[in-house]
Amino acid sequence: MPRTRDKLTAEQRYYLATQWQLIWRKLKKHKLALIGITVLIILYATALFCEFFSPYSISKRFPEYIYCQPQRIRFFDGKSISFRPFVYGYQRDRDAVTLRRIYRIDEDKKYYIYLFVHGDEYKICNILPMDIHFFGLKDQKGVIFIFGTDKLGRDLFSRNVYAARVSLSIGLVGVAVSFILGCLFGGISGYYGGAVDTVIQRIIEFLLSIPTIPLWMALSAALPPRWSPLKVYFGITVILSVIGWTGLARVVRGKFLELREEDFIMAAEISGLRKGQIILRHLIPSFTSYLIVNLTLSIPWMILGETSLSFLGLGIRAPAVSWGVLLKDAQNVRTLVHAPWLLIPGIFVVVTVLAFNFVGDGIRDAADPYK
Amino acid sequence: MLIVLLAVSVVAFIIIQLPPGDYLTSMISRLRSMGVAFDQVQIRAFEKQYGLDLPIYVQYFKWMWNMLHGDFGKSLQWNAPVRELIGERLLLTVIISVLTLLFAYVVAIPIGIYSATHQYSLADYGFTVLGFIGLATPNFLLALILMYVFYKYFGISAGGLFSIEYQLAPWSMAKFLDLLKHLPIPIIVIGTAGTASIVRVMRGCLLDELRKQYVITARAKGVSEKVLLFKYPVRVAINPIVSTIGWTLPVIVSGETITAIVLNLPTTGPLLLQALLFEDMYLAGSIVMLLTFLIVIGTLLSDILLVWMDPRIRYVKRGI
Repeated sequence: MPRTRDKLTAEQRYYLATQWQLIWRKLKKHKLALIGITVLIILYATALFCEFFSPYSISKRFPEYIYCQPQRIRFFDGKSISFRPFVYGYQRDRDAVTLRRIYRIDEDKKYYIYLFVHGDEYKICNILPMDIHFFGLKDQKGVIFIFGTDKLGRDLFSRNVYAARVSLSIGLVGVAVSFILGCLFGGISGYYGGAVDTVIQRIIEFLLSIPTIPLWMALSAALPPRWSPLKVYFGITVILSVIGWTGLARVVRGKFLELREEDFIMAAEISGLRKGQIILRHLIPSFTSYLIVNLTLSIPWMILGETSLSFLGLGIRAPAVSWGVLLKDAQNVRTLVHAPWLLIPGIFVVVTVLAFNFVGDGIRDAADPYK
Repeated sequence: MLIVLLAVSVVAFIIIQLPPGDYLTSMISRLRSMGVAFDQVQIRAFEKQYGLDLPIYVQYFKWMWNMLHGDFGKSLQWNAPVRELIGERLLLTVIISVLTLLFAYVVAIPIGIYSATHQYSLADYGFTVLGFIGLATPNFLLALILMYVFYKYFGISAGGLFSIEYQLAPWSMAKFLDLLKHLPIPIIVIGTAGTASIVRVMRGCLLDELRKQYVITARAKGVSEKVLLFKYPVRVAINPIVSTIGWTLPVIVSGETITAIVLNLPTTGPLLLQALLFEDMYLAGSIVMLLTFLIVIGTLLSDILLVWMDPRIRYVKRGI
């Protein structure tokens, strides 16, 4: 009778585990990587269902509330503790000296926060029409701005959540493009060697010696101003990938050179496999884990690139929003001093990049489980 | 080397040619909207004057030829030769980049050594966390935060490289001292990412070296820890760092560009942004090209430095 899997001892299970099981086992020991993965899952889920998680729609303006400071979510109103969190309303006022419009907290107006409330209508994933939002106020007189508002009185929390969609996805799409280019050129370079290799390597070295931001700036300034936001989005992705593929191509080439000499490749060649099949079936699977590490570590790099470009006004254009576009409003110091909450998108950028770096580091340590 | 420079010039020329329409078309439409009438003959005359009627490759060679004679073309936006506009700004870019590079190395190497010799100590963890955050924070965000802090708590503006009274003044000792006072903030802002990555490389290399047997042998023979550390492993571990100047420089120049825009430094960064926004492509192309030239030269210098520092690298004749 064949022994079933759960009857094996721990040691036997260890020897029978596949490479991926071993990687996952090792990754689980890396605390920072696990935190990173959790953070990324939360961020991407929020970005995917951004209409649901944001209390208001992206372009909804509240002309009465311009540059409002963020509200604090409270449980305690000075007398009693409420288990349902609430926010205080705003009271519009003018600063006696500067005559600037300011908002005071009005402790007489209390608005309770409810989960799954009805609000602005939207289509989830562009298909299902819905009007339920994750949280919000039932009282239509009140407003909830937990990240404050911008110069047009738009809720910054909602805008940040919507921006996550562009900022987070551009990294993935950009890496996908770089992946294809990198595997193609790296593979050709490593497999054929010789003159082809030299030319490709020189091109890579050349691309790496151009300062990225000036080059990206020049290329993205050339995107026609009449393009739709979607076209611009893909344009920016391609521009970011122009440099992005080089690092990957180098990894692929190095691994190809290393593995080309291995016996199993020679065996495949003798069995009469075509070159393309050897590359796809045997070479690439044997260094997938290295590819994944490289990809994970290049996503944050793309996100930073997009943020920088959009910040300069050369990247994603309104009405589309990304974290960089939101940070663009914070360019002026004087505005910033009165509205420091405009920097909040920066926190998201840093957290995302950190999370990707931790995950990448974790996978790198786990990538070679046989060591 | 020459081929790289040639390739750079081609890329710069492509950048110049990329935008749909050229400066002339936008200039003509602007002048038309102001009521100045143009007929086709005049437009042809303009095209001839700027050489826009020639085929692309002829334009390229003409542009190259002029450049070799120190003529980078004319900025159509400022109506001045590109060379005059770029000159002083490029010098400041070079000064800031070189100082940032020095800053990064001076700060990073001791930290790297300390982290490696005190692995898993509290300070090591502290530097690692700082390094991660430094790598994750975009330059412009750090610049914004510093500007905010300085403005809010000290009431001074952190931007610029000169005080107002020196901005247009000719160079003098006082202006130079004023420049020194303004330099630290941009240098710190631009240098963080580079510093963080150098610390990581230095720490990693030194840790690898410290585990090697010659270290154990030396220790067994009674060489004092300090002499041992600085005489062998540190010298070995510094070599990879020096060879990374080649890719640290582009990062620093990139950072300089965007930081200069935020902090409003009178370097090439803001000029490039302006030029791109106004489709002043000769200016923009020249800036990108000159920056890349500088990096290529810097990389060459770092290679020479590496040969000088690492006695194991020697030029060997091919075929032996």
